[in-house]
Amino acid sequence: MSVIEKTAAVVTPSEARQSADAAAQIERREGAKVMTSWQTGRAARDARIAAGAGLAHGKIVEAKDATRLLEAVIRPGDRVCLEGDNQKQADLLSRALLAVDLSRVKDLHMVQSGVVLPEHLDLFDRGVAKRLDYAYSGPQSARIARMLFGGKIELGAVHTYLELFARYFIDLTPHVALIAAVSADREGNLYTGPNTEDTPTVVEATAFKDGVVIAQVNEIVEKVPRVDIPADRVQFIVESDKPFFVEPLFTRDPAAITEGQILTAMLAIKGIYAPYGVQRLNHGIGFSTAAIELLLPTFGERLGLKGLIATHFALNPHPALIPAIESGWVRQIHSFGSEVGMDEYIRARSDVYFTGPDGSLRSNRAFCQTAGLYACDMFIGSTLQIDLQGNSSTVTTSRIAGFGGAPNMGADARGRRHPSEPWLKAGAEADPDSPAPLRRGRKLVVQIGETFGDKNVPLFVEKLEAIELAEKLKLELAPVMIYGDDVTHIVTEEGLANLLLCRTAQEREQAIRGVAGYTDVGRRRDRNMVACLRERGVIRRPEDLGINPLDADRSLLAARSIKDLVRWSGGLYSPPSKFRNW
Amino acid sequence: MEDLNFQHRARARAGGTRQSAIVGVVASGNLEVLVERSLPDADCALEIKTAAVGFGEVWSAVIDDFVERYSPGGLKFSINDGGARPDTVSLRLAQAVRLIEGNGQ
Amino acid sequence: MIAPLKDIIPAERARSTSFNEASARTRLELLLDAGSFVEFIGPEQREVSPHLRIFDLPEQFDDGIVVGHGRLDGSPVFVAAQEGRFMGGAFGEVHGAKLTGLLRAAREIGSIPVLILFDTGGVRLQEANAGELAIAEIMRAVMEARIAGAKVIGLIGGRSGCYGGGGLIAGCCSALAVSEPGRIAVSGPEVIETNRGVEEFDSRDRALVWRTMGGKHRRLLGAADVFADDTVQDFREAALELLSLVGPFGLDGLRAEQARLADRLRSFGGCEDAVDIWTAEGIAHAERVPELSADLFIALANRIGRTSRDAR
Repeated sequence: MSVIEKTAAVVTPSEARQSADAAAQIERREGAKVMTSWQTGRAARDARIAAGAGLAHGKIVEAKDATRLLEAVIRPGDRVCLEGDNQKQADLLSRALLAVDLSRVKDLHMVQSGVVLPEHLDLFDRGVAKRLDYAYSGPQSARIARMLFGGKIELGAVHTYLELFARYFIDLTPHVALIAAVSADREGNLYTGPNTEDTPTVVEATAFKDGVVIAQVNEIVEKVPRVDIPADRVQFIVESDKPFFVEPLFTRDPAAITEGQILTAMLAIKGIYAPYGVQRLNHGIGFSTAAIELLLPTFGERLGLKGLIATHFALNPHPALIPAIESGWVRQIHSFGSEVGMDEYIRARSDVYFTGPDGSLRSNRAFCQTAGLYACDMFIGSTLQIDLQGNSSTVTTSRIAGFGGAPNMGADARGRRHPSEPWLKAGAEADPDSPAPLRRGRKLVVQIGETFGDKNVPLFVEKLEAIELAEKLKLELAPVMIYGDDVTHIVTEEGLANLLLCRTAQEREQAIRGVAGYTDVGRRRDRNMVACLRERGVIRRPEDLGINPLDADRSLLAARSIKDLVRWSGGLYSPPSKFRNW
Repeated sequence: MEDLNFQHRARARAGGTRQSAIVGVVASGNLEVLVERSLPDADCALEIKTAAVGFGEVWSAVIDDFVERYSPGGLKFSINDGGARPDTVSLRLAQAVRLIEGNGQ
Repeated sequence: MIAPLKDIIPAERARSTSFNEASARTRLELLLDAGSFVEFIGPEQREVSPHLRIFDLPEQFDDGIVVGHGRLDGSPVFVAAQEGRFMGGAFGEVHGAKLTGLLRAAREIGSIPVLILFDTGGVRLQEANAGELAIAEIMRAVMEARIAGAKVIGLIGGRSGCYGGGGLIAGCCSALAVSEPGRIAVSGPEVIETNRGVEEFDSRDRALVWRTMGGKHRRLLGAADVFADDTVQDFREAALELLSLVGPFGLDGLRAEQARLADRLRSFGGCEDAVDIWTAEGIAHAERVPELSADLFIALANRIGRTSRDAR
């Protein structure tokens, strides 16, 4: 009983109701002679399906009846996963849910990884939803911040993807999942296609724990190209009049890459990839990592690194990686999601990507996140703010972008047990005195960026805005993306700081100040100590690595425009209109 | 707009014989640097017109490092700045010196 | 695949340098015979805009246009190159006066051609009256130079395109070369959308923008006479080709061009989209024209064979 009481204090109405049911059940058991039902969840699910069945022909419901279907199936206070992934959006079902009669559906607890569409937040404005647990909110980051301050949203937590997925199976299991697929057959088998992303995870948690799965599909076909979700896990299908929305999030136009980003990319390749021999890795989505991808076949080739670095990736199909793939650098890529315009290229390069028997990409965010966490030796990505301990966050007081996958990619996996050269070398640098057989390796967690970002905003700060935000919103935890103790290297145009070699908090702080350039943090460095750290190789300037900043020229990029990427792909990459200049 | 002026003593005269050179363009986050060989060998001057107001201290720090590193004696730098970041400023200054020190084109 | 710039000779650089991406100065340096460019009113003269300071905006020492003379395959040429990144390459008072002066010099000499490397969004809003006057003066100066016997060639492939008054001036030139990323029009995409609505023209649909105003369409319509691949070397070769092609300027040519344009309007006036025009031209799979590589496209354009006789 004490467990129930403890959780009931912080849960939603529906959870409270379930707890009450459970308490009643226990009392009945204590009474010993009363008949006990152990299948109340299944009965409730069957009742929901029966309520929606009147609107369906078989499993198929017309788009115009989508709102009525949701009113029939969803109960006030339900936990609902409205599939908003990193890329793919169940947009028709979002609009349908927004239009429900509030006397029938209200106060929902949304449990979804991506809060991406305006409708996702309109739900809270209208009162359809009340509580939110999520992972990523890219384009809605400013509005979500305003709504949190305005008390419109009761926030559970901002998660990492894997963490939210994990909670789907423990304490945030959806009652109803509203998902998106490319096509369905009449039985309800779904083809989720290249953008499979979160769908298998959401369906697994919902369908096998008495939940109802409703799918919007672009088309209903006789036979799906491949079965990504078996029909018996899907209760209703709504045919959409237009394809679900997918955002091209991972396309970085090479034309926008600056000389500063090229310099940081050169430093990373020569100063980290090469000496550690990093073969298995994940890249973030910034321009600096795009520059790295585009320097592999040029700068990397000249350094003789082909085959020695960057061979296996946990990575979305970044168009910027095409030249490296075509030049024979990359052996294998597993993907979280897909990328708009890359379908034909992926299909033609099945030696590199994971594809189904139909030939198209199969992505899976949960598996790819796990791969990035356990099977990669390095994460390299950008952030908005880094403090003196190396903590980083993309959250500012006006924007709460969420974390997405970075915290999983950018964290040392304490459960890892297999050795690899970069992992062992990093472990030895951090802890030279422990006996090797008992010494944990370390994942290389690299933050790369320029000392000043857009509008001259400094990358380095004395105090993260995430901490101020937590204070204002009375959060128990500040939304830190990557904790300082996981960060191993920081790369800026000023040089490279190897935090593994720092022995004291003070050294660590000066190593960070030492690469912080002309930011306030950088100008307040202790010059003697920074010089000392440079002598020890903790800080390495471009010239220490044999790199002249004046050589950081755009002519080094294997592709300097989206059109160049199309050419590299032999015409297989078909970029979305917003990236074209032809 | 804000005007900033800096005068420095340089260790040595900048190499080469070219009289002037220009690098960069004035655009958001970018700047142009016009460098002219018009001062006594031990002097160096920088005249800056910048669209980003209130960054005088940062300019001063960038220029101290630049003069220390490249010793641009005899050179006058005239800068039109569209709000470039310090790293871009450093890069353009270095590019300007490289260009004027390279003889001919 | 790509060596550092300093290691390669000028012709190699011209071949590997994107015209679209290069600065105005780099375009001129690599377009002309090596070392032959001499600038008029260079940046050290600081002939900056007298207006921008009033608006608290930064100036550029050359006011966004580089003018001068040099040699092309040994022969003298006057050149002007707009810098599309400074205020979108827009025409202001000084900027315009530099081009007018260059064209008047060509008029006085009569035998030296002018190459104009357009890269402009039109007239600078902050000095609109001076800019509009400059456009009119430049158009007159182009025509006077041509009457005096100087060929005036426009090269269009910069990031800001050739819009507004730039589009009008281009219309006065003897001939134009354009590359795929180059755009030629008077009203820009955003202007059309603002005035006529997103249903008329969605300025964010970049594929639509390019197939309506972009280099390939302009070449197929005969508005541009030569299609260049996006390298400075290709523009150099295009300029040489046009200089050898352009005939004398006169009333007969203008009449023939008027008839050609009237015929074009009759043939394609009812088309809703560029793809319809290409289809009406008899191009199979016209929707794939934007994907064609430069050499395949040049072969296609030559087969269609439309060139302007004088104006466009």
